[in-house]
Amino acid sequence: MDCKQWEGFNKSGEWTEEIDVRGFIQNNYTPYEGDSKFLEGATEKTKKLWNEVLELYKKERENGGVLDADCKTPSAVNAYEAGYIDKDLEEIVGLQTDAPLKRAIMPNGGIRIVEKSAESYGFKVDPETEYIYHNLRKTHNDGVFQVYTPDIRAARSSHLLTGLPDGYGRGRIIGDYRRVALYGVDRLIEEKKVELEILDTDEFTEDIIRRREEVSDQIKALNDLKAMAAKYGFDISMPAANAKEAIQWLYFGYLGAVKDQNGAAMSLGRTSTFLDIYIERDIKNGTLTEEQAQELMDQFIIKLRLVRFLRAPEYNSLFSGDPVWVTESIGGMGIDGRTLVTKNSFRVLHTLDNLGPAPEPNLTVLWSNNLPKGFKDYCADISIRTSSIQYENDDLMRITLGDDYGIACCVSAMKIGKQMQFFGARANLAKTLLYAINGGRDELTGKQVAPKYQPVTSEYLNYDEVMEKFDVMMDYVAKIYIKALNAIHYMHDKYSYEALEMALHDRDEDILRTMACGIAGLSVATDSLSAIKYAKVKVIRDETGLAVDYKIEGDFPKYGNDDDRVDQIAVDIVKSFLRKLQKHHTYRGSKHTLSILTITSNVVYGKNTGNTPDGRRAGEPFGPGANPLHGRDANGALAVMNTIAKLPYEYSEDGISFTFSITPAALGKDETTKINNLVSMLDGYFKQTGHHINVNVFNRELLLDAMDHPENYPQLTIRVSGYAVNFIKLTREQQLDVINRTIHERI
Amino acid sequence: MAEEIKTNANKEIKARIHSFESFGAVDGPGIRFVVFFQGCSLRCKYCHNRDTWPTNAGLEYSSDELIAKISRYKNYFTVSGGGVTLSGGEPLLQQDFLLELLPKLKKLDIHTAIDTSGSFPITDKMRKIIDLADLFLLDIKCINDNICKDLVGVSNKLELEFARYLSDINKDVWIRQVLVPGITDHEEDLLKLKEFLSTLNNVKKVEILAYHDLGRFKWENLGCNYELEDVPNATTEDVARAKRILGIN
Repeated sequence: MDCKQWEGFNKSGEWTEEIDVRGFIQNNYTPYEGDSKFLEGATEKTKKLWNEVLELYKKERENGGVLDADCKTPSAVNAYEAGYIDKDLEEIVGLQTDAPLKRAIMPNGGIRIVEKSAESYGFKVDPETEYIYHNLRKTHNDGVFQVYTPDIRAARSSHLLTGLPDGYGRGRIIGDYRRVALYGVDRLIEEKKVELEILDTDEFTEDIIRRREEVSDQIKALNDLKAMAAKYGFDISMPAANAKEAIQWLYFGYLGAVKDQNGAAMSLGRTSTFLDIYIERDIKNGTLTEEQAQELMDQFIIKLRLVRFLRAPEYNSLFSGDPVWVTESIGGMGIDGRTLVTKNSFRVLHTLDNLGPAPEPNLTVLWSNNLPKGFKDYCADISIRTSSIQYENDDLMRITLGDDYGIACCVSAMKIGKQMQFFGARANLAKTLLYAINGGRDELTGKQVAPKYQPVTSEYLNYDEVMEKFDVMMDYVAKIYIKALNAIHYMHDKYSYEALEMALHDRDEDILRTMACGIAGLSVATDSLSAIKYAKVKVIRDETGLAVDYKIEGDFPKYGNDDDRVDQIAVDIVKSFLRKLQKHHTYRGSKHTLSILTITSNVVYGKNTGNTPDGRRAGEPFGPGANPLHGRDANGALAVMNTIAKLPYEYSEDGISFTFSITPAALGKDETTKINNLVSMLDGYFKQTGHHINVNVFNRELLLDAMDHPENYPQLTIRVSGYAVNFIKLTREQQLDVINRTIHERI
Repeated sequence: MAEEIKTNANKEIKARIHSFESFGAVDGPGIRFVVFFQGCSLRCKYCHNRDTWPTNAGLEYSSDELIAKISRYKNYFTVSGGGVTLSGGEPLLQQDFLLELLPKLKKLDIHTAIDTSGSFPITDKMRKIIDLADLFLLDIKCINDNICKDLVGVSNKLELEFARYLSDINKDVWIRQVLVPGITDHEEDLLKLKEFLSTLNNVKKVEILAYHDLGRFKWENLGCNYELEDVPNATTEDVARAKRILGIN
């Protein structure tokens, strides 16, 4: 196939014949090894538009967090009329509903949660819509709870398993939105029709029938996407002809996805270097200037900053700050040794300067020791000034994922358009340990949640005995965990299938699906076992024999200090838990993976977990992700990093999250030194095989002031687990948790 | 000058260590693993690590134990041009240990900096230590000896001689001075310091460290009286002024 929109591109390889975005990139992109001096500021148009958005943000805050919501129309790819912020100022168009920040409802996930979400912000779902979803149209949530077994329900309500996507969209699927720009929608429909034809088999099995239904839904979604774009006056059936169209087409693809799904994370993929090819071509043929290129990127980012979902307050207490995880993966190296950094990798980061810091999109730099120095320095500089970037180890991930993967949500890497995951939230391993000690009874309620095992009855905890019981309890948790996830994803596929996102994937049989399990409370469980092993831990029981508290005699090595005696315990837990999960059959034969990531829910998990044998008090937050518990690390930042880098990525392929905060003064005395030190720290950490790091550079005083005077800090952004938040949107509890965390400083 | 901490010759030499900082970004070039030695001979009124003074506290480490710890950070040293900084307390109070540790670090090609007051006579042993270290972070407490005696409890005679010796053998040195408002910030003293520094040929950097009272709680925790009660923290402007006088940036 050839078309006039591809004029000037290098057509070598298969990309013109097959859907092969990577092939297109490899044959056409221009690596950039220079520095940031070429960048341009925001245009007047952009500034005006952004100021209007800031006004809307203000109104949204004043209105209690939600500006407006359409509570009648169930959202879909093409459910709304076109909407604008200020049409004359907008270079890139398209909103989720017909007005900016007006939220949509997506009841296919569950009608009750929609009602609750609406009510908590003072809205009411339209009676007709309610009637339909209560009586005529079954939802994902209905399906899941019909099949949930008593053991799953018990584990869920006791917070042994938490955050399961059984009442909200699972998300963490990245459509390859670049395909819309490169090929146009008609070509994508053609491909899907071919797939449908292949699925016309002699053996018309349940699996084939399901896949035919899904592909048909995908074709419908692609047609809806065209119709939606047409409302904005664009025909996206053909490929994009220039940079502006490429960004617009790609954004329409993404916009369709966020109209269709309220996923826990709706990530963008790896788009900036792809777009750079179009920008370079336009600049070369004189139809675009650098200033205009930046304007397009700024305006694209403004649109991404406007994505909103109507979510329940419970959801917000788990994942605060209204996150969408519009994760964009930037940089990295190609497998041929050329860097994938282009000028557009700089432009997308530069939006943090032109528009000011923001949590979205979730800018994620794929770091390699071989990245060009100019880019490393620029990233560090932006990090120091905005605390808005996270970094993930490209040298580590490229081995298994190649050079066209992206991050979904926080740390979940997947090949774009070739892989998807069944998001599985996480199991609480600190609580699992307490259940092991208490023979399956909950330490807070005394209820028998897990099967009745023999509890520990001795006065002092014996390491071998506790380990044996912990092992058995982990077996049990792994079993019900996979049961729950199988139920959830079966129903999600059935009642809330991501037709558009999956339409932007390869043929179904080529897709790798992962069952993305997770663990919370790793450092608490680890320190508890260390205390039992190296100190003496006395059990305090209530009148029913329930262990409710622990007294530690003596000291013990603590996770986060690069001490093998304790770090090895953490490594063993991770390996052992994954192996236990692997024993269970997963829905659609998905591959078991694990993450050590809590997002901000470390606060909620802690709240629901009793006193632990490491001395942590009941209700106190866990450390976020793979972090040590606050204050346990006594040897500075790199010791923590060395500990976390020991956790085996091979056993935790869905990501290992580390959140790091430092005061500007502790990073170095002058700006150049600070940048050099941060770059070296990242180089060192990733050489040490660390997987992920959030970098925050701020003073505690600044956060305290922002708590008292939020109005002065509308754009204050900080990195939490695998994403960034607007600090002032956090609950007070979460704000305190952030402030109480270790902020590395030097006095 | 204080007595060096004596170690029993028959036993393996162990150091008394106060604590570690794995990410030192302000104590020498690049990223530094900072070893804070326990024990100090000076009595600086502005000391922000008051708890490092007693020579009998801290944890014991052999040189091999320290080497094992430090080696874990080599990846960070190589990429940043960093290394180890031996600080304290006063690392030069544990000279026998340093004589064992420094050659091992050298063998591993790890850059070493010693953060010291330099208030020691240049003995043969000291010459060996100086020889083995790559860089000295030398605290000149105050060039005005009267102020110096009052502020830190000893004369500056030895530390100035120490500085002179480092210059004579051309050993790299960073000079540091804590700027204490009203005490170490007199113009005539700063000019004198400038004059002294101009006679040294090995100074790679001069750093003015702003006095702050963030370490005060440590004095209070130990039940000690904090004498600089009424002294304000040095401001950025104070530091800028001192730098102007010294002719550095």
